[in-house]
Amino acid sequence: MLHELSVHAAAEMLRAGEISSVELTEAVLDRICAVDNEIKAYLTLLPEEALAQAAAADRHLAAARAAGNMAELSPLLGIPLAIKDVISVEGVRTTCGSQILENYIAPFHATAVEKLLAAGAVILGKTNTDEFAMGSSTENSAYFTTHNPWDLERVPGGSSGGSAAAVAADECLAALGTDTGGSVRQPASLCGIVGLKPTYGRVSRYGLIAYGSSLDQIGVLTKDVTDAALLLGTIAGHDPRDSTSMDLPVPDYTAALRTSNARLTSDAIPCTAHASHRTPSHPRPPRIGVPREYFIAGIQPEVETAVRAAIQVLADLGAEVHEISLPHTDLALPVYYLIAPAEASANLARYDGIRYGLSVPGDTLWEGYRRTRGQGFGPEVKRRIMLGAYALSAGYYDAYYLKAQQVRTLIRQDFEVALRQVDVIACPTSPTTAFRIGEKAADPLSMYLADIFTLSLNLAGLCGISVPCGFDAAGLPIGLQLMGGAFQEETLLAVAFAYEQATAWHRQKPALVASSPTE
Amino acid sequence: MSLTLAQVEHIAELARLALTDAEKALYREQLSAILEYAAILQRVDTSMIPPTATVLPLRNIMREDIVQPSLPIEDVLANAPDAADGCFRVTAILEG
Repeated sequence: MLHELSVHAAAEMLRAGEISSVELTEAVLDRICAVDNEIKAYLTLLPEEALAQAAAADRHLAAARAAGNMAELSPLLGIPLAIKDVISVEGVRTTCGSQILENYIAPFHATAVEKLLAAGAVILGKTNTDEFAMGSSTENSAYFTTHNPWDLERVPGGSSGGSAAAVAADECLAALGTDTGGSVRQPASLCGIVGLKPTYGRVSRYGLIAYGSSLDQIGVLTKDVTDAALLLGTIAGHDPRDSTSMDLPVPDYTAALRTSNARLTSDAIPCTAHASHRTPSHPRPPRIGVPREYFIAGIQPEVETAVRAAIQVLADLGAEVHEISLPHTDLALPVYYLIAPAEASANLARYDGIRYGLSVPGDTLWEGYRRTRGQGFGPEVKRRIMLGAYALSAGYYDAYYLKAQQVRTLIRQDFEVALRQVDVIACPTSPTTAFRIGEKAADPLSMYLADIFTLSLNLAGLCGISVPCGFDAAGLPIGLQLMGGAFQEETLLAVAFAYEQATAWHRQKPALVASSPTE
Repeated sequence: MSLTLAQVEHIAELARLALTDAEKALYREQLSAILEYAAILQRVDTSMIPPTATVLPLRNIMREDIVQPSLPIEDVLANAPDAADGCFRVTAILEG
């Protein structure tokens, strides 16, 4: 089944001339037709545009074959991908899962999208998201809730739940998402796929519609670690249009996988990735830190068991495992829910009904703003705007916003200290497997707790990845989270790849695949 | 930390949000619960701790002042609810 292919497997077949991009894209579009009425991963589909891009990719492949320079082709040439609907694709409706942008047509490409298209990728459509990426289940989408391919009664996680479900249900080969407090890693965990959140500043945010600007980062959702390395290598890099994108070279992330060679020996970590505290002449295996604060009461016992077993696999592969402490972990949730809403309340001030989006007239300009925003935003977005406006307001700024920024410094310092002792931190991605649709929808605080293990990384601005590491008794996927230092994606990917090669979790597919009527 | 209805209405005005009475009551309750949870931060001594606004070691990124193409005006106005003569049209803010 072509739709089941990973990016790297499809790329090999495309180069070998065994399949065409049009065949591959048609197979994935057929798959979407067969299952998306149940999964509801896509907000907008672009079948004609995708097939035109696929035909162009096939012409490019044929020309390269004739000229004998196949080696220089991008691994993403002709590969059908999905894009989370908070990332701009020129000429395409970009809703952010919100009524306020229901008819908004993006006038330019996000840099990450521009890079994918320049690499010859095919864009299938835009995926569902919690409104403005605020949520952990896609239940905050103004349009519909996406269903988890492993159990249609359950959420796919969020906010990149549409992208995660699309990858897990083989409705695309890979997808872009965004991660402000866990929105790539948590849905990847709940859908049994790989989700990589790069370091803040690694991928340009230009064209990503802003939520929390000091936290937002575009990430990738993929079927395996190799695909995550391929996509990151394509979208990473400095962009003059995003002054917070770092001007650092983009390494060959797939080379980091090759050196890891499925064993965590002394060669496992690329020398460049930790030159600051190790020289090539003193090789040693990677050190994995296990933070005691991430194994707490309330965690689903099967999640703890699976994650501890995964850490043992890393140890068996040759890693040194150390218990570590991230002492301010319990403060990450309140810090995040002051800083992210504060930034959101400023970012979302732009929705005024004048330049784009919904416009509800009023007798005065002020009244028009109030009505437009009161009608256009959904409950969670209004809640966070209110919370943020309060935290920033006169008389409360020092007590809430400034205090949260100071504690953010303590959380960053926790990671600085820990990452001097170890190369990678291992812990659960989510305290539970996928919860039922509606289960947490009425209580915002219980929903916020779904992100308790992913928020700290965004506050510290570091990189992290979730990889499948088992299933609970109900057959729902469990994710292992690996966290690494700033711009240490090579180390992270090398350890994740070694784990993946030693296990078979990532090869399991939801039963949906077998029971689909078209197969 | 319990918010009053007047505080909720004040925040809604700061945020330019028209809220129904039911929404005001709901947000009063929910925001109070969230702020109560956030009170845990007050127990941390941060008197000597600088705030983090950004994690990057970057300050004041400048670019060369070079004229570059920008979006055509029709593209900029294409999403506007109301436009005329190459401009966004808004409700009058001054009495004629």
